[in-house]
Amino acid sequence: MTPLASYLLVAALLFSIGLAGALTRRNAILVLIGIELMLNAANLNLIAFWRYGPNPEALTGMMFAIFSIAVAAAEAAVGLGLVIAIYRSAHTTDLEQINRMKG
Amino acid sequence: MSAAYFDQIFVLFTKWVESFLPVFWQPIIGVVLGAVAIVCVYPALFALAVLMERKGLGRMQNRYGPNRVGPWGLFQPVADGIKALTKEDVVPFNADGVVHFLAPVVIVVMVFMALAVLPMGRNMQLVDMDSGLLYFFAMGAAIELAIFMAGWSSRNKYSLLGAMRAIAQMVSYELILLLSALVVVMISGSLSLVKIVEAQASYSGIFPHWYVFTPWGLVAFVFFVIASTAETNRSPFDLPEGESEIVAGYFTEYSGFKFALFFLGEYVEMFGVAGLGTTLFLGGWAAPLSFLGVIPSWIWFFLKVELWICFFIWLRGTLPRLRQDQLMNFAWKFCLPVTLINIFVTALWRFMGEGWARWVACTLILAVVYAVMGRVGMARGKVAPRSYRYAE
Amino acid sequence: MSIVFYLLAALTLVGGLASVTLKNTVHCALALTVAFAGLALLFLTLDAQFAGFAQILVYVGAVAILVVFAILLTRGHEIPIDGVFSRTWIVGLVIAAGVFAVLGWAVLASVHALPNELAVPVVTVHDIGNALVGHYVLPLEIVALLLTAATIGAVMVALHEKEGAKQ
Repeated sequence: MTPLASYLLVAALLFSIGLAGALTRRNAILVLIGIELMLNAANLNLIAFWRYGPNPEALTGMMFAIFSIAVAAAEAAVGLGLVIAIYRSAHTTDLEQINRMKG
Repeated sequence: MSAAYFDQIFVLFTKWVESFLPVFWQPIIGVVLGAVAIVCVYPALFALAVLMERKGLGRMQNRYGPNRVGPWGLFQPVADGIKALTKEDVVPFNADGVVHFLAPVVIVVMVFMALAVLPMGRNMQLVDMDSGLLYFFAMGAAIELAIFMAGWSSRNKYSLLGAMRAIAQMVSYELILLLSALVVVMISGSLSLVKIVEAQASYSGIFPHWYVFTPWGLVAFVFFVIASTAETNRSPFDLPEGESEIVAGYFTEYSGFKFALFFLGEYVEMFGVAGLGTTLFLGGWAAPLSFLGVIPSWIWFFLKVELWICFFIWLRGTLPRLRQDQLMNFAWKFCLPVTLINIFVTALWRFMGEGWARWVACTLILAVVYAVMGRVGMARGKVAPRSYRYAE
Repeated sequence: MSIVFYLLAALTLVGGLASVTLKNTVHCALALTVAFAGLALLFLTLDAQFAGFAQILVYVGAVAILVVFAILLTRGHEIPIDGVFSRTWIVGLVIAAGVFAVLGWAVLASVHALPNELAVPVVTVHDIGNALVGHYVLPLEIVALLLTAATIGAVMVALHEKEGAKQ
């Protein structure tokens, strides 16, 4: 198996682990952790394709990954702010209990 | 035995050792030798710094420091080491075992890794990375999480409070550290610490081209000193480990060898940021006057780092501790705007030509900014007149 | 593939798995940090030095601390009474397994058609800087705007409203 294929498989496995975490955990913050894992797996994919692709001097993959890191950090900040705001009104972060639109 | 021979004596020794090895092993053994040297030298410097601190603080407080163990207390670090190693390692029952154990390990590993990119002499850095400065700051960023691990795993409210204060302070001042290091990168055009030092190692007449001797460099240097004092939790920013307030902050529940590891980590981090500040602003291994270049470069580097340490000790003995809201206000309302304006002034310096015009322009702008932000902006309202009550 | 790659991949995957299965939320956040560090080292093996150090600086130095603070502010460090997985966890697991099956099949079926240039690209920070203010200046400015908006938005969302008067 080529090096690129190994990196892609690691990224795919990390992505599905993150997806499983985002879909099965109860705590809202753990869902955000799963989302961060998925974004990181996508970054690994980008960098792997940049390295083993045909034109690494164009820096496209690296640039995309750097912007993705910046955007993911911003999204984590806003998402966690939202979780804190929801906790303030619902007094819990358990997603099984925050399942109605009232309040 | 010329001056250049002594200057490169460690590099020549490494090459001599490598000459006995097959080609494949040469770079690996060279790096391993350098790493062993760092791991031996910096704890020795740590022992010396601990002794200097206790004697220096003692003299500033009008008392002798430790003077029982050996002449002038020179073997006090040995006594301290033996005490730390033989004390019982008490771990609280409710503490989170794995995290409690890993926290000091992570801190010490990260601070030693950060030392790998510092150029300690001509050709004497462990690795010459293209983005060496970014690597140093990345290692520093990992330390904050280790402090949280230490504070939270002890299951102790004082520890958690100390850890939260430490993280808030380190996050704020790390931004200022980065922004003040950024102006050096702008002018020298490279993130590699070796190239930054080489850009400062030239002389005009006998005066050096250190970045601290330029207006923007001086402002950036001052903020770098302030931010590095806060990053290493030294007084006057030592609220997280304030001995008189929250017992010992985030390392309350650590005893014996783990406490010694925290202590080692804090002092080696001091050496690390002092080394970085020397590299960025004080010319690294370059001699201050051109005719002093006969003295080996590594002596100049360690001399400048020791001067920084003496300055940290002096600060600790002189200034009172800042309150949490005072230090956060200071960071976000004064330091951050001035460092951002400093970046603009540096860009102005770069694009005005050589000559006296840029010196005047930059100095004027920075003086006005300091006067407005520092004196006017940070002034509080009138305070009530002091009322002294004597014990009578 | 070298032993270094297997070790780092194992570290990253174990960290990721631990961060979604552990009961104690703070342990999950710390395992996430291990996964981030493993990924940064993987970037370094891919000769992407700048991306690796930026990953440590941003993710380990900022996002991990953010997650930990959010856990502490929402009392997440106490273990909930009725378990940590939702009632319908099997559905989530099946979906994730399905996604991995599709992605893995796509990679393995096209192994021969993937590009695989093995020459090491020499990328200096200088090139990245030139690219950022040259070719990629528009995304740079937009990301700057986005970060400003995110900062202001996060502060507004999480700000404590005083009784009565709006901030």
